[in-house]
Amino acid sequence: MVEGFFSRGFRGRRRNQDPALPPGQYLEDGFPVLSAGPTPHTPLEEWDFSVVGEVDEPKRWSWEEFRALPSEEITRDIHCVTKWSKFGTRWEGVSVDTLLDGVETSAEYVTAYCDGDYTTNLPLEEVTGGKAWVAFAYDGEPLEPEHGGPARLLVPHLYFWKSAKWVRGLQLTAYDIPGFWESLGYHNFGDPWREQRYWGD
Amino acid sequence: MDELRLDGNAAAGPLGEVFSFEVTTAEYACRGCGRAGRLGEAMVYDVRDLGIIIRCPGCDYALIRLAPNRDRYLVDLGGTSYLTTG
Repeated sequence: MVEGFFSRGFRGRRRNQDPALPPGQYLEDGFPVLSAGPTPHTPLEEWDFSVVGEVDEPKRWSWEEFRALPSEEITRDIHCVTKWSKFGTRWEGVSVDTLLDGVETSAEYVTAYCDGDYTTNLPLEEVTGGKAWVAFAYDGEPLEPEHGGPARLLVPHLYFWKSAKWVRGLQLTAYDIPGFWESLGYHNFGDPWREQRYWGD
Repeated sequence: MDELRLDGNAAAGPLGEVFSFEVTTAEYACRGCGRAGRLGEAMVYDVRDLGIIIRCPGCDYALIRLAPNRDRYLVDLGGTSYLTTG
């Protein structure tokens, strides 16, 4: 029953000939849109980005202030837990290192929170050291709302549900708080190379 | 030992009856805004193969979340404060 109901888009497990393709993944040319709720359309003048939680002083940027931060071009492969991977996606965004610059914290975890009440949780060390960005452009264009615009988290080394769309801030926490999918059976860490799809993988 | 405390098997009859119901006419109350309605009138987001999210038409709160999990489902009813079945 599960098989019939949920397997429409799943492809059978293929032999992975491309070493850049994690186990169980297939190559996708398009950019599938997966949304667990209505697409928010927050006007830029109301948009802000915050760093809160276990910090000495919370930080906040308006859209203008955020866009004035140094940004980087990022080209990475992305891997969705529903088994599609897309090679060489091109983004522009602000490194999380830049956003956390000068923040004093003893936190070991971070929850990304978003418009639409989506959350995802990550160890702090998985979003620092040049591993994560808040992206505002895709393929040279402003990020479209259906792909998470005006800005989304980009953590390409983990399954793509960790790259939260419509992100509005990072909450630094001393303990780990499973997010939207992590609390619904999906793996807490989500490393595509270790095929960490579900709890217990 | 409390003599009235039995293991879960003792509730198999009523639970089996409750969890086999006509879904579309079941009534819920939303834990987000308190709105009551029929499940058949709620909003469904089918997230490709990730899962199915049923949301309150009043406030978009996730009433029921359903995800495939290997050969089973994982269901979270936590967004409803009650379900009236039957």
